[in-house]
Amino acid sequence: MEDKVTSPEKAEEAKLKARYPHLGQKPGGSDFLRKRLQKGQKYFDSGDYNMAKAKMKNKQLPTAAAPDKTEVTGDHIPTPQDLPQRKPSLVASKLAG
Amino acid sequence: MWLNQERSTDILFLFGYTADIISTVEFNHSGELLATGDKGGRVVIFQQEQENKTQTHSRGEYNVYSTFQSHEPEFDYLKSLEIEEKINKIRWLPQKNAAQFLLSTNDKTIKLWKISERDKRPEGYNLKEEDGRYRDPTTVTTLRVPVFRPMDLMVEASPRRIFANAHTYHINSISINSDYETYLSADDLRINLWHLEITDRSFNIVDIKPANMEELTEVITAAEFHPNSCNTFVYSSSKGTIRLCDMRASALCDRHSKLFEEPEDPSNRSFFSEIISSISDVKFSHSGRYMMTRDYLSVKIWDLNMENRPVETYQVHEYLRSKLCSLYENDCIFDKFECCWNGSDSVVMTGSYNNFFRMFDRNTKRDITLEASRENNKPRTVLKPRKVCASGKRKKDEISVDSLDFNKKILHTAWHPKENIIAVATTNNLYIFQDKVN
Repeated sequence: MEDKVTSPEKAEEAKLKARYPHLGQKPGGSDFLRKRLQKGQKYFDSGDYNMAKAKMKNKQLPTAAAPDKTEVTGDHIPTPQDLPQRKPSLVASKLAG
Repeated sequence: MWLNQERSTDILFLFGYTADIISTVEFNHSGELLATGDKGGRVVIFQQEQENKTQTHSRGEYNVYSTFQSHEPEFDYLKSLEIEEKINKIRWLPQKNAAQFLLSTNDKTIKLWKISERDKRPEGYNLKEEDGRYRDPTTVTTLRVPVFRPMDLMVEASPRRIFANAHTYHINSISINSDYETYLSADDLRINLWHLEITDRSFNIVDIKPANMEELTEVITAAEFHPNSCNTFVYSSSKGTIRLCDMRASALCDRHSKLFEEPEDPSNRSFFSEIISSISDVKFSHSGRYMMTRDYLSVKIWDLNMENRPVETYQVHEYLRSKLCSLYENDCIFDKFECCWNGSDSVVMTGSYNNFFRMFDRNTKRDITLEASRENNKPRTVLKPRKVCASGKRKKDEISVDSLDFNKKILHTAWHPKENIIAVATTNNLYIFQDKVN
């Protein structure tokens, strides 16, 4: 019997496994769900915040410096808007062992 | 009608509106008002023009009626969580008096908004000038009665209730009960029951959080109250199941009364099976006899009396089954499409990619694919049906699967409760179509 009769879905699965051999054993399981539940997580460091506040006291507010979204520590007081969104990208989990 | 084969489909493009990314679309119970919510936390309400004698061949157009900022971004410092202001859902209350009420929700907080019109104002105060400044009392020599005079219509929106702090996870659904006094809100793991008058308390009616989060295998994806039975509601899961619960059975409805699930052929199971079976939307028919679910590739109609399989299944874009690998890589496989019924429950509609949307006529079993796009549509032109070519030789006017734009997705659609008018949201634009009245 010809065993080339694979459903398109299984063919796609084979493609995915070929690209990411270490893909989780639990398909559609906790990885996705945990990513979903953790949406919106940002990390706010009170140490950075206080250090920046202390620096501010001695310096004028930076006017020339463009608020660099990636430079949140020690330069100016970080606000939630400045913090880079920690995107819990599945790419990390796809490639990680 | 929409899908008459004797003549080309007569669906007119009426109106387009550009906004921030639209995240929800909902007609009110009469269809006169259409509300949209967007990623920036704003709600825009459109009102249908009253029919006039010069427009006998179409119903009124929709114009902006009110715009207001419903939710603002917040930051939960305790949990280091950013709370998006994006409006996830809007649900209208049936109209009880001159004002209109709607519930709008973001990930964490539900708000009840009152939208009221003001078209008169009092004039002729004794102690105040018309601009509000107080008059010098010594100059007041006569007494007059202030009267109401007409003014330009002003539509005001004010938040009447704020229902907060009841959800640890992200709210995906709200649904108003047919008793018009209570409503439910559902997040990934819990469903709460609220009374519209009471904001400091809500009852938890479903809790699927496992004691050990490592054991988490499914989440709640949508929930809705039955349109007629105030004790009945359903909720769908990421594993493709729908549970119907009866609040008379117990206070905590963790045990379902009915479980709707289509058996799967285990030999067909793949890595993608569970992901594409995740239900992104569930909607009861107006009659209350059926419910419709949307999963990644199809729309299913279930008879509430039959739990073991749907009574109808419609393929939305089956040609994507051979593209699941790349759809997983670009995250499109997690897109949450909504679906809706027409007023008579005879046609269902849902969105797809490339700004296509699909309609299925349950009686004739015919379906159609249409496109919502400014380039192709001038107001009052008839839409041309589209066709996607899955493989092989592409006919003229067909679009091949590989040239579909997966960034142009139609996730939100709504159907007027009584007429053949539909609202379709592309990423940034709202389109309103109606069928041609001859």
